[in-house]
Amino acid sequence: MTEESLITDEMRTVIGKEAEPLIVEVDKTAIRWFARAVGHTDLVFYDEAYAKSKGHRSIICPPGFLGHAIYTPQNPTTIIGNSVKRTPMPPGIKVTRLLNGGTEFEYYGEDICAGDVLKSVGKITDLRERTGSLGKMLIMQSESNFYNQEGKLVATERGTGIIY
Amino acid sequence: MADQVYYEDVNVGDEIPKLVKNCTTQQLVMWAAGSGDMYQIHYDKDFAVGNGLPGVIVHGALKNAFLGQLLHDWLGEKGQIKKYNCQYRGMDVPGQDITCRGVVTGKRQEDGKNFVDLDIWTEKPDGEKTSPGKATVILPSRG
Repeated sequence: MTEESLITDEMRTVIGKEAEPLIVEVDKTAIRWFARAVGHTDLVFYDEAYAKSKGHRSIICPPGFLGHAIYTPQNPTTIIGNSVKRTPMPPGIKVTRLLNGGTEFEYYGEDICAGDVLKSVGKITDLRERTGSLGKMLIMQSESNFYNQEGKLVATERGTGIIY
Repeated sequence: MADQVYYEDVNVGDEIPKLVKNCTTQQLVMWAAGSGDMYQIHYDKDFAVGNGLPGVIVHGALKNAFLGQLLHDWLGEKGQIKKYNCQYRGMDVPGQDITCRGVVTGKRQEDGKNFVDLDIWTEKPDGEKTSPGKATVILPSRG
């Protein structure tokens, strides 16, 4: 007996396709708010004069912070600003629950500082089906590349979404 | 901030200094606003219980950010994070210690850079690893 797959051919067509770029402004208030929420104690995330004394252009992004989609000018109604929202859902997908399965950040040796305007380009890189304790699940891998105002690739965020 | 750590001082099997966190519900609200993740299971107890959870739970991405702090605080001014990740395997709740840990698994010099690989994770008081992951960092040399 063949079980029906949750993944349709239509859904597969979006794998590897780049979404419309998002502009992500990196600003001081958002960096400080993020750093405080984590509990960072290094002043490079808070005090511009201190950050400059350490050779940075301004306060720098803490690990895991790349500006958030919720704060972009394009999406005034978006209320969930996590990485999964940066890549559009495959067409026809039925989302009852969405779990965040994991996150990876990669950096390329460039500071990301307050005042930077990043371009984020996201795509779905893989879609798989798995049967687990919650029943049938879709495992969606996504990836967003972040380029700074000079066009340099400064970061990549990879995420795993679990849809069931 | 701790003293600068150098490539030469690091050996496979070394554990890096632990970072112990213990979230208040207030911290989860700060993270919701700071990250933009407004999912109610992290700050609305009735909503969380209605979704079959014991109560509000700590955001996975916050634990990822804690692991980022673990690395940042260890690396000193001259070290860099190249890459780090974690999977969200288990739940953590407010008021309970989340211990962030890391152990060196490899070191190598490539393209004139000093790379160090680590296993990183968050751990509950009973030892369960709720967010296991891997990291690669770049350390300065004494040379």
